Amino acid sequence: MSILRSLTQLFVVCCLSLPLLAHAQDTREEGPALLQALAEASSADKGDVISRIAKSGDERARDWLAAFADGKLSRIEDSGQFVIVLENRGRNWTVADALTGEPMGEVSRRELDTIRINNALRRELDSILSVIDLTVNNAERRLEAARALRGRVDAALSKRLAELLPDESDDRVRTVLQDALAIYRLEQGDITAVAPLSGSLNSEVRAALTSAARSDDPKLVAAANDALASIEQKLKFNRAAETLYFGLSLGSVLVLAAIGLAITFGVMGVINMAHGELIMLGAYTTWGMQQLLPGQPGLALVLSIPAGFLVSALAGVAIERSVIQFLKGRPLETLLATFGVSLILQQLVRTVISPLNRTVITPEWMSGSVMINEALSLTLNRLYVLGFALVVFAGLMLIMRKTRLGLEVRAVTQNRAMARSMGIKATRVDIMTFALGSGVAGLAGVALSQLTNVGPNLGQNYIIDSFMVVVFGGVGSLWGTLVAGLSLGTINQLLEPWAGAVLAKIVVLVFIILFIQKRPRGLFPQKGRAAEG
Amino acid sequence: MWLTRPLSERSTQLFLGILFIAMLLVTVLHVALPEGHALHVSAYTVTLLGKYLCYALLAVAVDLVWGYLGILSLGHGAFFALGGYAMGMYLMRQIGDRGVYGDPLLPDFMVFLNWDALPWYWQGFDMAWFAVIMVLLAPGLLALVFGFLAFRSRVTGVYLSIITQALTFALMLAFFRNEMGFGGNNGLTDFKDILGFNLRTDATRLGLFLATGVALAVGYIVCRAIVASKLGRVSIACRDAEARTRFLGYRVERVQLFVFVVSAMLAGVAGALYVPQVGIINPSEFSPLFSIEIVVWVALGGRATLYGAVIGAVLVNYAKTVFTGIMPDAWLFALGALFVLVTVFLPKGIAGLLPSLRRPKVGDDPAAPGPGHDPGYDPDHDPDQAADAQSPANREATV
Repeated sequence: MSILRSLTQLFVVCCLSLPLLAHAQDTREEGPALLQALAEASSADKGDVISRIAKSGDERARDWLAAFADGKLSRIEDSGQFVIVLENRGRNWTVADALTGEPMGEVSRRELDTIRINNALRRELDSILSVIDLTVNNAERRLEAARALRGRVDAALSKRLAELLPDESDDRVRTVLQDALAIYRLEQGDITAVAPLSGSLNSEVRAALTSAARSDDPKLVAAANDALASIEQKLKFNRAAETLYFGLSLGSVLVLAAIGLAITFGVMGVINMAHGELIMLGAYTTWGMQQLLPGQPGLALVLSIPAGFLVSALAGVAIERSVIQFLKGRPLETLLATFGVSLILQQLVRTVISPLNRTVITPEWMSGSVMINEALSLTLNRLYVLGFALVVFAGLMLIMRKTRLGLEVRAVTQNRAMARSMGIKATRVDIMTFALGSGVAGLAGVALSQLTNVGPNLGQNYIIDSFMVVVFGGVGSLWGTLVAGLSLGTINQLLEPWAGAVLAKIVVLVFIILFIQKRPRGLFPQKGRAAEG
Repeated sequence: MWLTRPLSERSTQLFLGILFIAMLLVTVLHVALPEGHALHVSAYTVTLLGKYLCYALLAVAVDLVWGYLGILSLGHGAFFALGGYAMGMYLMRQIGDRGVYGDPLLPDFMVFLNWDALPWYWQGFDMAWFAVIMVLLAPGLLALVFGFLAFRSRVTGVYLSIITQALTFALMLAFFRNEMGFGGNNGLTDFKDILGFNLRTDATRLGLFLATGVALAVGYIVCRAIVASKLGRVSIACRDAEARTRFLGYRVERVQLFVFVVSAMLAGVAGALYVPQVGIINPSEFSPLFSIEIVVWVALGGRATLYGAVIGAVLVNYAKTVFTGIMPDAWLFALGALFVLVTVFLPKGIAGLLPSLRRPKVGDDPAAPGPGHDPGYDPDHDPDQAADAQSPANREATV
């Protein structure tokens, strides 16, 4: 089907270009004459000449007219040669021959005679240029030109558009052109133009409808108001979707930051205040990877995922062996000691690397956004992080539920003495669990490096949030962490429009403080024997 | 009567004696010796020492809840800062029309923000007695509400630590906002005088230093009195075995609430004395890092001794002054190492190294843990329960 269509297109293009080629010889000679006419015509006659140039079919016509519209079409006074000014700063301007397109180097400003243009002409030129753009072969460029036309159609242009419309092959371009025409008809007070516009999210459409709603015709006013209401409805929906997306995105960041803590704090019961710094180490690993592989940010980022995990996991093991194992069963002391570790790690990064933020490059396939419709587009990097968070969560669930390590961890957590008497090496399990939780923090760092600045304070900003998420979700429950993270992120985003970013954060913090006092064991408290102790 | 009882304890007498001698020495060396003399104590040093004494009082307040109630508050900086802000507001109102903008009523930052009237919560701060009440009331009320909610729901242990940290963090964010009316990022500064005395003169500085010393002495006596009273014994019982105390019929949450509020007020007083000496109060005092630093002063000095807290506060802050002077980068390394080393190798702190002081007369000091007592003792990790102590879920469940 598509082969057939491309063949047809090819055929059409060939047929169209044959006469053009035959024609080319003539226009080459016609070109100078047209430009001559343009230069010498009075401002009243210039309009005529412009349309003649536009209709001449010369492939250079667009460049001429565009240059003319910008006031960059000039004639060299002595030779009468037409040039296009490329760079008009300073005393000497860089120019190119208008007929051949060859660069001619610099010419003194005084030698150039710019062909004058006034505002009425400029408007006319704009629409003529758009029509020229609407006839190019590239559908994307046609779409762009059609979008630019909305709200700028006048009587003459509307006729041209109406002629072009039946020949338009691309559906998207056709829709936009129809909108553009409908806006024009609406401006003329045509009530039938309201109906096709009522679903559009475009701002020009809304502007046209808003001005129609202020017209004298009561019927038109009612129709326009209805259409506006339905657009408003749609917009509201899209805004809600956008807020939800940002909320989930923020939530996914919280989940990533907290999920490692859900393992070390939630499952093992170790308060690790250096968790944020483990996240920071992951982010710095990404930065380091990109320094090692200059020019390949994408590859570096992919490699940072295992590398970040390893670096943070090793750091975690070091912390566990050097500090935490001596403080077993003394949670408050563990809190203090690991806080000391976090200070040391921060200062280490400041001293060894730099106290300033480092830039981590976002690879091309992660930048940009997916446009759902004109009012809603989703940034790609956040989408990737959201997906990554879910993958990490699923992976952790699998490890905890399906592997031997997970089984041993749960056994040691529930009854250490019993687990040991069953032959489980509790110390080894401690180390492995802590390494797992720390490694996941490293993964969070890799993901965060794509969203925020990578600096020594990166981890500090997340530590309180992470603890809040874990406690809110219910200590020891991975599902709780997921739900808590996503819902806190969404609540935060919902509050932001009317409270501002800082106040929203404060409200959320106070909410959690109150919530914990109401339900000290979080959203998903552990049930059964494990909870009864 | 109960307030004077600590005066007959040998450790209190010793502490007060040393404090008195130190203050006397500083005063004499500052006043009697001419400037340039080798032993002359400059006004700068006097203020610095006054700052240390404020920190010492703050550390005593933290030790009261951590050492004798078993509640590790990571948010005492908030109470300190609230007291400081109450004092700062008084000092701001004292500036009057001498500010940069010369507005007789509004502080400079409000003029700058185009406010046309004083917010309601700034009313009354032009009177010293009102400010003094607020210094006690603001942190006290916050502690009362927060503690009431927390202790009633039996939120203790690590959970309480984390939500106190969240509390101070939330307050920090709030005070950073210009709309709050507390000067936002810059806080309150540019103070001129206190009670009519110019803050820039040496005499006022010395007076503030002495006032801080007196406050520390009174705070110490109050804490000692509480600890030695019947209520103090119940509070120690709460620390060591909360559930058992509750089963014995004591209203644990009331004891906790009382001690917590008193501690918050002491912290507020420390903050109020701190602000005129340092000359500024801004939201960074709310930062979780500061609150957790206080805890390490106490840990270094030795928990549940009160004088240990004073030693720890003065030592750490002296070290901080020295370090940030010669090697600013190394300070955080040193502080971090201090956290780790103290908790791992010196669980009883410096006070634990002074056995002679800790040997009480029989029946005199029930608070001092006997030999073999682990200061990190926690009911949840009785040796017989050690297996279960790993899970935080269990921690809650034991209550």
